[in-house]
Amino acid sequence: MYNETMFRIVNKQKLNETVVRMEIEAPLVARKAEAGQFVILRADERGERIPLTIAGYDREKGTIEIIFQIVGGATLCLNARKAGESLPDLVGPLGVPTALEGLKKVAVVGGGVGCAIALPVARKLKELGAEVTSIVGFRGRELVILEEEFRACSDRFFLTTDDGSYGEKGNVCAPLSRLLQEETFDEVITIGPLVMMKFVAAATRPYGIKTIASMDPIMIDGTGMCGCCRLSVGGETKFACVDGPDFDAHLVDFDEAIRRSRIYTDFESRKREEHCNLLKLK
Amino acid sequence: MKNNSTTKTPMPVQPPEERIKNFREVALGYSAEQARQEAERCLHCKNRPCVQGCPVGVAIPDFIALVKEGNFEEAYGVISRTSLLPAVCGRVCPQENQCEKFCVRGIKGESVGIGRLERFVADFHASNGQPTEPSTANGRRVAVIGSGPAGLSCAGELARRGYAVTVFEALHVAGGVLVYGIPEFRLPKEIVAREVAGLKALGVNFVTNAVIGRTLTVEELKAEGFEAVFLGTGAGLPNFMGIKGENAKGVFSANEYLTRVNLMKAYEEGSETPVFRAKKVAVVGGGNVAMDAARTARRLGAEVTVVYRRSRAELPARREEAEHAEEEGVRFRLLTGPKEILTDAEENVIGMKCVEMELGEPDGSGRRRPVDRAGSEFVLEADCVIMALGTSPNPLLKRTTAGLETGKRGEIVADENGKTSLEGVFAGGDAVTGSATVILAMGAGKRAAQAMDEYLNK
Repeated sequence: MYNETMFRIVNKQKLNETVVRMEIEAPLVARKAEAGQFVILRADERGERIPLTIAGYDREKGTIEIIFQIVGGATLCLNARKAGESLPDLVGPLGVPTALEGLKKVAVVGGGVGCAIALPVARKLKELGAEVTSIVGFRGRELVILEEEFRACSDRFFLTTDDGSYGEKGNVCAPLSRLLQEETFDEVITIGPLVMMKFVAAATRPYGIKTIASMDPIMIDGTGMCGCCRLSVGGETKFACVDGPDFDAHLVDFDEAIRRSRIYTDFESRKREEHCNLLKLK
Repeated sequence: MKNNSTTKTPMPVQPPEERIKNFREVALGYSAEQARQEAERCLHCKNRPCVQGCPVGVAIPDFIALVKEGNFEEAYGVISRTSLLPAVCGRVCPQENQCEKFCVRGIKGESVGIGRLERFVADFHASNGQPTEPSTANGRRVAVIGSGPAGLSCAGELARRGYAVTVFEALHVAGGVLVYGIPEFRLPKEIVAREVAGLKALGVNFVTNAVIGRTLTVEELKAEGFEAVFLGTGAGLPNFMGIKGENAKGVFSANEYLTRVNLMKAYEEGSETPVFRAKKVAVVGGGNVAMDAARTARRLGAEVTVVYRRSRAELPARREEAEHAEEEGVRFRLLTGPKEILTDAEENVIGMKCVEMELGEPDGSGRRRPVDRAGSEFVLEADCVIMALGTSPNPLLKRTTAGLETGKRGEIVADENGKTSLEGVFAGGDAVTGSATVILAMGAGKRAAQAMDEYLNK
């Protein structure tokens, strides 16, 4: 039964200029997937191992959903795959599921493509009967994704854009800080760019509200072997692939994580260039 | 005719100046003539001291006698009675601490090149031999978790006994440390693929992309009808020193560095996986993994220094690996301990502060403990540091398998036959012992297979 898994792309949809959603057949993964977990996949036989958080799953259909941003060579390759084609490899669900049981009132704060990962968390919380406040932020109107989906599972919904082209002008910390002056939450869960999560952590720290950040450092095996995804959390070395990806945002060394995320920036931009030129040739 | 030479028949190798520019295998292997010549050095001692040094008990004098006669295929038959991966073992076993350590020829001069002969025989079989016939199936299903040396040898042994074996591997290819850890120039991946293909011919089913503990649990496997399960999940997460600067840009675990290069082929033009291109690399540690990382960095164009706390005599690496590294221009700073990794304002590595050490009283491991020499601090210039300090057990199975007993450090507790605290669940290899060698893991896999067979026929 295990060798039937072909990882066929059953659906592919562009959410904005650089963000793509794929629904992929992966029955063994779909059977177990929980909010907060991730998969590692390869777009083709020579491809890099790409860690992507599970954005949704359908246990009956045996499919999972991923939402990714086209940033470098590997994600460009992934985007080159069409619906109906199959990926050679996909493994998961990896990481510890986000702990949501027992939470009554939660703020889910997502940024950019991170909203794709924040959505299943918000949905699950709603399902568990929690009061959900969603705050999502984007750079501009053309990058907004999943607005309807968030509205559907949130008791309150706030949307910001950096340039003010849609929703409230500014970043997610503005509505969050306003709310914090008036009320409190059992927990704040934040998923998005490292800089944003760092500021969300700073915003909640004075109130002592437990804040969870979903970290996505560079990974290779994703199963607890290579040590590439290590982070400093409260002065201790932790591995995002087996200890995370969720960590106490007040303890994460975000500055270190930001620096470590840029180790291969030059390589990535070179790859992107190469691929773009290749695609132009086609 | 008897060969009285006190030295081994030399192994043909790629010259150092050439091989540091490629990732092809360094040692090229004996010709049939060289193999027969080396086999003539064997004295065929009655008490067979070499066999006691082999963790899987290969009938060494018997196979060597057949090599002498030129009956290479029969020699393969003798080896494969007890060892399942001779092409791998011939290349990566630390023979000097095992079979060859007990060789009588080693008393005056060099021992017989047992590893080299084993490799020759295995390679001969690969190019000339008949494929293995599947064994008579007994219809009983067993699961093997992990496809490294322990898992492969366990799977092979069980398949030979007629079991329907399914091997579950977390990565996208089978082979475990043989593919992600040990470099191409020491163990070509084609050879691992060949051994895996051999097991498939025996009827073993391989399922890649399956993380047991996540995709499926041990409990589910048992519920689905696997009557026994072997856990050969390997060593786990890399250790770090806990010194300042260890998370700077340019500090890697050897596992990461080697995985990028070996598994993901980052050295190939056009690879999608990046590898840090350093000018001056410091490798911390003295084991085989440290040598592999150092020689890999050398091939990627860096100046490389191995930093090790003890002296040459304590270097845990296989002797040949340290020699090859030296020939390739890797420098050794022995009796040296890292104190801090120095960085610039952007947290790029610029050097490593070290201290010279001397050997004091023996510690718990029986080796003399290195102690700092006061006032001997110095800075080793480097833009990349690779930590090769061993590993700690992967916590995944422990966290997801109720009732599986683990030790202080999280290693799986198993008896000498691999029996764990769970009914029908066996374990072996680095997951039980912590970082060790390929052959010890293979021995553990094989012993566990025997124990599983007994358990299933109780």
